[in-house]
Amino acid sequence: MSSAPHGSHPSTRSCIAVYAALIVLTGMTILAAFIDLGSLSTPVALAIAGLKAALVGWFFMNLRAERGLTWVYAIAGLLWLAILYGLTLSDYVTRGWLSPFAG
Amino acid sequence: MPEQALAHHFDTIEEQKQASSLGMWVFLVTEVMFFGGVFTAYAIYRHFYFDAFAAASHHLDLALGGINTAVLLTSSLTMVLAVNAAAAGARKPLLGFLGLTALLGCIFLGIKAIEYGHKLEDGLFPGPGFRFEEKPLARNAELFYIFYFSMTGLHALHMIIGVGLLAWLLVLARRGTFGPRYYTPVEVVGLYWHFVDVVWIFLFPILYLVARHHGPS
Repeated sequence: MSSAPHGSHPSTRSCIAVYAALIVLTGMTILAAFIDLGSLSTPVALAIAGLKAALVGWFFMNLRAERGLTWVYAIAGLLWLAILYGLTLSDYVTRGWLSPFAG
Repeated sequence: MPEQALAHHFDTIEEQKQASSLGMWVFLVTEVMFFGGVFTAYAIYRHFYFDAFAAASHHLDLALGGINTAVLLTSSLTMVLAVNAAAAGARKPLLGFLGLTALLGCIFLGIKAIEYGHKLEDGLFPGPGFRFEEKPLARNAELFYIFYFSMTGLHALHMIIGVGLLAWLLVLARRGTFGPRYYTPVEVVGLYWHFVDVVWIFLFPILYLVARHHGPS
């Protein structure tokens, strides 16, 4: 991960390309919200938001040229977030799936 | 060309720079957990009271929210171009892009203020004055608006701090503090600015786009 020297920034051209992609994805998420995707609605919205966040992180926050230690921090943030969500929602969302008194 | 002094506890300028940006990343991880807590609480209540949250979401102004998303994404572009200008030692473009980023930040906050004003007029601010046309859903719609105001309010607070940091960078840049060998503050504020953008990238769909296909436009 230390192949690209720290501080080598994306070119103006690629920044503008990433920006265009972010605007297109924003349009897509608005369009998708008006289509009845059933239970896929929220996952699609979150997937598009996740992709946009990844683009911002990878290019604008320059994770692509960052070294190992920065990645440890970035991934630690996501890991702890996953624990927070995983443990909390595995309780609330699954309530009522099983009735303790049903045969 | 301005030079940065090497503090005695670092071996090289490179290491010193790395430590600064790492420090910002540590702070951003604490911010992820901070916002993560509010997002989790929101997810739980949205799961339980989905219909009320969807009905309440349809009262948000999608046009203003969409424009604000574009404004913020544009400000991220100008911010990254400011960092590039600083790295290239181009003082005028640096001042221009920092100024544009701050201006776009102010436009975002202005649009947000207009939205808040509309919500107050419509009686959608949580509290004794809260009014919601679909009476059976009113209680939980009020809960949605508690989340709306606290999440966007916390985000706006971060934006205000960001604009303040940009103003500080503008003063330093005018003095000619930054050059190709030293622009760490520009880079570190850039990381913060992009993070605040990422928070909005998630806030926009979860607040403005809840089951829009059901609602009245």
